[in-house]
Amino acid sequence: MNKQKEIEELFFKFLSGFATYSLIAILGFIIIIIFVKGFGALSLDMIIKTPKGGYYYGGEGGVLNAIVGSLYIAFGATFIAILIGIPAALYINVHLVRYKRIQNTIRYFLDALWGIPSIVYGAFGFTLMLFLGMNASLLAGIITVAFLITPIIIRTFDEVLSTIPKGLHEASLALGSTRTEMAFKVMFKQGFSGFITAVLLAFGRGIGDAASILFTAGYTDLIPTHLDEPAATLPLAIFFQLSSPIPEVRERAYAAAAILTIIILIISLTARGFSKKYSKSNLK
Amino acid sequence: MNAVISETFTKTFARTPIIKLKRQESILQIKDLNVHAKNHHILKNINLEIPKNKITVLLGPSGCGKTTLLKSINKLTDLYKELKVSGNIYIEKDDILNTQRNVPLIRQKMGLLSQKPYPLPVSIYKNVAYGIKLKGIKNKKLIDFNVETKLREVGLWNEVKDRLNSSADSLSIGQQQRLCLARGLAVKPHIILADEPTSALDPVSSKIIENLFRKLKEHYTLILVTHVLRQAQRLADNVVFMNYGEIIEQGRPDELFSYPQTSQMKEYLVEGN
Repeated sequence: MNKQKEIEELFFKFLSGFATYSLIAILGFIIIIIFVKGFGALSLDMIIKTPKGGYYYGGEGGVLNAIVGSLYIAFGATFIAILIGIPAALYINVHLVRYKRIQNTIRYFLDALWGIPSIVYGAFGFTLMLFLGMNASLLAGIITVAFLITPIIIRTFDEVLSTIPKGLHEASLALGSTRTEMAFKVMFKQGFSGFITAVLLAFGRGIGDAASILFTAGYTDLIPTHLDEPAATLPLAIFFQLSSPIPEVRERAYAAAAILTIIILIISLTARGFSKKYSKSNLK
Repeated sequence: MNAVISETFTKTFARTPIIKLKRQESILQIKDLNVHAKNHHILKNINLEIPKNKITVLLGPSGCGKTTLLKSINKLTDLYKELKVSGNIYIEKDDILNTQRNVPLIRQKMGLLSQKPYPLPVSIYKNVAYGIKLKGIKNKKLIDFNVETKLREVGLWNEVKDRLNSSADSLSIGQQQRLCLARGLAVKPHIILADEPTSALDPVSSKIIENLFRKLKEHYTLILVTHVLRQAQRLADNVVFMNYGEIIEQGRPDELFSYPQTSQMKEYLVEGN
């Protein structure tokens, strides 16, 4: 290797390494800031109690209402999005495999839907809610977030499915599979890790989004027991507390952010573990 | 007078057995098959009969339409919108191109072995059991028996019997190709379609596959696509030479390779040798 190529190689190695590690450093920095700023307010009460009177002025209580509300909305919306997303992604890659133009048009619309700001989904959900005569509620929140994350699940899973070689389609069909059997018994299994990634991305977006549920899920200090009751969420709890002039309340906002981060981390690790376990048991 | 009687006798009795033999032995008939892709005429008026329990080699240069012909036979051309297929392909009275009957069931009469092995994303056992289960067989003992028999048939049983639940991806590429063959045989096909099945394999694995083909022709009809002349010479009972989407010559390998009739075949033989 001549001198110039050696310098080029070193330069690009440094540049790529710098880009990678600086990204990890920024992520680490965000997590550290959240935990350091919220550490003082992190307590067991924070996660097992609902807000008591005067909580938002520094009074007693916790954010259990927001934790439960967020989990209800994120799980509910992810469940709906999976129900729509799996068949849609498989349809694009199994039944539309011959129709590239239609495939590309659908992908274009899904990408556009993915890119729409969540406040627009919030406004749409609010309009739909009024049209259906519903109040701000858990159900309205779940439906709105489902609209927001369905394109994420479809496109992420679709990207993985589209990389499956046509030879595998042919091998499966040649054995006498119908297209539906090929879709669920071969393609879904082949793209399962991509499916888990899609679900994680969608769940993360769903549990962390504030704008789409601002008008639709409402906010309450109580834990919702029915779908037609309003539900508090962690992003809104963070938003309300961070806007407070009282330092203790702002500290609680960071603590709530730390809880949200931990929830996403736990869900992510569980899903990855499940993915690995499923892949192994699938082989037997 | 005697000469006339003799000629008549020869015409009558010498021809009849040939026609009978052909009718008995032919397992697949292709009539007026044409495949178009946009402005390109890929297969031009193909008429072909595939003899039963023989190895028919589709030979020809790359891009001459061999693989398209193979894919037309089990209607995998359906996956490609740009391909317009017309004509008839009869397998045991079923015209797969124009049938109203269940295409997946007709496809099960033909096993497919592609250039590169594509094991299903499941275990070695499940790969072979996949097609058996598709046929509606649920008896575990029967499935186990079939899996073992087919793995033995391709000479893979002793290599994998202790790791049947391992991923099929853990096998070497040569083993994967034999697994795909076992998987195809498990659905009890009558015909095996092999599309350059040794092109991705090392010489040892290629030899194993070739030896398997020789054994398999006792029970199955094989249609093998290749552009390797020596492989065709080693394996073929019947050679179909194609060029530019047409069948140029066909016949027994000893005749075809020793006495080529067309300049295209002669040229191919010279280049191939």
